[in-house]
Amino acid sequence: MIPLSYFIILSVVLFILGTIAFFIKRDLITQFMAVEIMLNAANLAFIAFAKASNSLDGHVIVFFIITVAAAEAAVGLAIILLVFRQRKTIKSEDIREMKG
Amino acid sequence: MAHILFFLLAFVCVISVLGMIISKNQAYNALFLILAFACTGGLFALLGAPFIATVQIIIYAGAIMILFVFVIMMINVREGLPPEKKKWTVYLSIGVVVVFLVELFFAVKGTLVPLGTAPVEHAATPANLGRILFTQYLYPFEITSLLIIVAIVGAIVLVKKKEEQ
Repeated sequence: MIPLSYFIILSVVLFILGTIAFFIKRDLITQFMAVEIMLNAANLAFIAFAKASNSLDGHVIVFFIITVAAAEAAVGLAIILLVFRQRKTIKSEDIREMKG
Repeated sequence: MAHILFFLLAFVCVISVLGMIISKNQAYNALFLILAFACTGGLFALLGAPFIATVQIIIYAGAIMILFVFVIMMINVREGLPPEKKKWTVYLSIGVVVVFLVELFFAVKGTLVPLGTAPVEHAATPANLGRILFTQYLYPFEITSLLIIVAIVGAIVLVKKKEEQ
């Protein structure tokens, strides 16, 4: 059997890579993708712990996380599209003031 | 066998996320991300969660990334991003990463145990998952459907062009 720690270490690595990508990248879409990577790392940890504790609750939580991520992606990408229409840019450093 | 599969999937997953960090092209970033999500789905299947693996492939690598690709197509930034001017975000990310590493090291330290074998009544088959989803987690499930409707309506209302323009 594969030890649980392998999956947790992979989850940690993915989460940290997502954090690095979020801070290094400067366009909104790629930063949003980095958030999705972090969500995936959390999902991996959930499934690994659910397997280790013989429980189905982790699977249910991952199911809900995926659903909420889909809703979040729809609304977030709509907001990014709206920002691009108003400012003609998606660079996060160009979007400094929040005015309607 | 399982070890080989795990290391292959983990390697491809980490490499594709690294490629996403390095690459400047948003369309390539989306493709790298699809690869990473597919590998994560394989890891879910390796952990004995076939339903979650299927959902991961269909929803994440399919639906969500199609949304990303559509938005990339609509935004269509011709000129690439200019080279980095400010370096403070890199230092900030290094600081955050070190804090996360230390914290997660302490969290992971106690988990060096082999995975147990699941008894039959708790196997994560789609039937068992559906049963628990519609009995114990019925209200969260229904609230989730409401959330999706709100998200769809919100996205449409946000992006819709005004009539008077």
